[in-house]
Amino acid sequence: MMPFKPVLLWTDALIFLLLAAVLLFVRYVRRREHLHAPWQRVMGSRVGMASSIVLAVYLAVGLMDSLHFQLPLPSQNGKTQSVYDVEVLSVLDYIATPLREHVEKTYSAPFATHLYAKETIPLPGGGTVRDYPRLQYGGAHLADPLRDRAGDIAARTAWALLGALALWVLAAVLLTRRLARRQGVSPAAAWHSLWRREQAVPWHVALLTLGVLLLFLVPAAALSVKYHIFGTDKVGLDVFYLSLKSIRTGLVIGTLTTLVMLPFALLLGIMAGYFRGWVDDLIQYLYTTLNSIPGVLLIAASVLMMQVWMESRPELFDTVLARADMRLLFLCIILGVTSWTGLCRLLRGETLKLREMEYIQAAQAFGIGHGRIIARHILPNVMHIVLITVVMDFSGLVLAEAVLSYVGVGVDPSMQSWGNMINSARLEMAREPVVWWSLAAAFLFMFVLVLCANLFADAVRDAFDPRTRR
Amino acid sequence: MMIGYILRRLLYAIPILIGVNVLTFALFFVVNTPDDMARINLGVKHVTPDAIAKWKEDHGYNKPLVLNKQAGGWRALTDTVFFEKSAAMFAFRFGRSDDGRDIGREIKTRMWPSLAIALPVFLVGLAVNVSFALMMVFFRATYLDFVGVVACVAMMSISGLFYIIAGQFLVSKLWHWVPISGFDWGWDGFKFLVLPVAIGVVSGIGAGARWYRTLFIEEIGKDYVRTARAKGLSEWRVLFRHVLKNAMIPILTGAVVVIPLLFMGSLITESFFGIPGLGSYTIDAINSQDFSVVRAMVFLGSLLYIAGLILTDISYTLVDPRVRLE
Repeated sequence: MMPFKPVLLWTDALIFLLLAAVLLFVRYVRRREHLHAPWQRVMGSRVGMASSIVLAVYLAVGLMDSLHFQLPLPSQNGKTQSVYDVEVLSVLDYIATPLREHVEKTYSAPFATHLYAKETIPLPGGGTVRDYPRLQYGGAHLADPLRDRAGDIAARTAWALLGALALWVLAAVLLTRRLARRQGVSPAAAWHSLWRREQAVPWHVALLTLGVLLLFLVPAAALSVKYHIFGTDKVGLDVFYLSLKSIRTGLVIGTLTTLVMLPFALLLGIMAGYFRGWVDDLIQYLYTTLNSIPGVLLIAASVLMMQVWMESRPELFDTVLARADMRLLFLCIILGVTSWTGLCRLLRGETLKLREMEYIQAAQAFGIGHGRIIARHILPNVMHIVLITVVMDFSGLVLAEAVLSYVGVGVDPSMQSWGNMINSARLEMAREPVVWWSLAAAFLFMFVLVLCANLFADAVRDAFDPRTRR
Repeated sequence: MMIGYILRRLLYAIPILIGVNVLTFALFFVVNTPDDMARINLGVKHVTPDAIAKWKEDHGYNKPLVLNKQAGGWRALTDTVFFEKSAAMFAFRFGRSDDGRDIGREIKTRMWPSLAIALPVFLVGLAVNVSFALMMVFFRATYLDFVGVVACVAMMSISGLFYIIAGQFLVSKLWHWVPISGFDWGWDGFKFLVLPVAIGVVSGIGAGARWYRTLFIEEIGKDYVRTARAKGLSEWRVLFRHVLKNAMIPILTGAVVVIPLLFMGSLITESFFGIPGLGSYTIDAINSQDFSVVRAMVFLGSLLYIAGLILTDISYTLVDPRVRLE
């Protein structure tokens, strides 16, 4: 019997397919100077460097959350039987086991040691009292929370900061040695040139960004084992854990939607521009019609219909997770099918321009087929538009998820997402005292991701757009 | 000539509306048959063939979808779900919602509250965004401009929901300046409108001001600006008299397309502030799975969008004498 049984959800498969495609693309680009140059400009800009490091951290969490498996149930009376737990876990769940299992009764504030609501507690000597009970896990190791808590948190933070510093020094040493070896200078010289900004790539920004990230992440990880650093939600789940789980949902919507949209936009956009005539008329009619339906309404209508379709076929989905995952995939497909029109129009315009170029006419005069001309001569020359649009769309899609979940046509309510967290925060803000931590956590995680995506998109646009290239 | 052009554009809109109509019909009646919808709406316990038949009859879905073979002549085409539910929208007959009200009348009363929010947000937002952008361009390549751009990107990165939740919490719950939600007709309604309008404007500044800034920056590199400067005009005068005037063409024509859509209101703002407009109507319909209302709103939305496109083309010719209608 295997120690675990891997589970491949649909979105997992697509994410890893996309990852493989991106890695192949990177390999392809690295070998070609003219394709490599704009990427060097992206990483050469300080904003591009800093934002891509933060995005890489998000991506790592999202990928860890995309490796799913089931653990075997503990075998009863010594017999080995291959029965697996119905609960599907991810690698992230496994790493964050303390966070996942530290479930309280209901709300508790960040770093709290007592519950949000009063309860009747039996006294040791008989009788009861109504008071805020101690949390089962948050700060449970403290003998006297009032006296010890601040000291304990300070001590743990101090140790974590030391650890963060050690990690940062390790990263700095490794980077310096690598630079020194590659440029054939002593490590000390490489270190100095790095801080005097003499490198082509702003490594000092990379180190600074890494330092800031470690400064927050290591203490957060260390403290979250003993406390609920972002509090707990209505059913007592750790909000920090929920926010981490939401990362995958946001990333899936931002990337898979693009994967769905690209074939439509590329094929139809280039065909319309290249063949003109009735093909162009038909495709233009198609995207004007789709475009004229207000986006949210079209998505809402499609999602409603998808819900009815899924509810009339319950036998297709065996676990709750598979069902939620299917709904997420459908949401990406719907978002993709309704959002290809913008890129399609851009590609049509660019292809119209390109097909009048002399080199294309030369290719036509040589009798090269349409398919070959499109693949060899047109496609590579519109790739910068595709790339810029894809990167710019990402942040909008992450934000759209929240709105759609609020409207009631977003991801499954059982799936962790920032939209669902904000949605419940609406009622929490009306409570007395205010439950603000779910909203704050969702805000923080979402804001950092979207901000970095926006900054990265700007760096990519500056590097690839021929109009802004200097 | 102008009238001929508008007529041609209106004719061109018809196939698009037919496309929208067919698309929504396919989405609502072909992907899931009326039987599927009846089963979901009735819930698991009450599904009997009789109940399904009754539900379909109540909603007028008990006819064949596109072709009624039993009825003769024209009736074969007109006595169908497609003709009565989808094609009827061209005559603005939207039918009744699940609670039995006439959707057409609901739309007529609900579009005014929507407009009361959306129009001020649009006008004030335009003025604020353009002023912010002009300010950044005036201080371009200085520290102030940089701070402005950074602030814009940061504001763009915040979900619209946060602006609403935070605004309601601070202004209404903590400071008690205005009621949290509600609506009233006439001047009494003013206190209900201030906050949603302010939040609508603030949440749009990031993307809007940044977009107009790039417009102005592009404009400022042109020859006529250099000429104006060479004449010795002050930077202030160059910006307001020349750049703003010329940039008005893309600004106005970009804004005109959304004017008809203002009637639809905003889904999120209206439902948060309890405003009885078309946006909250749509959200309620989505939540209660009232398909006839959603269908009507899809049709209305595309109609208004196409009206916006036509208005844009006309406004081009009005503000820019160089553009001629072919």
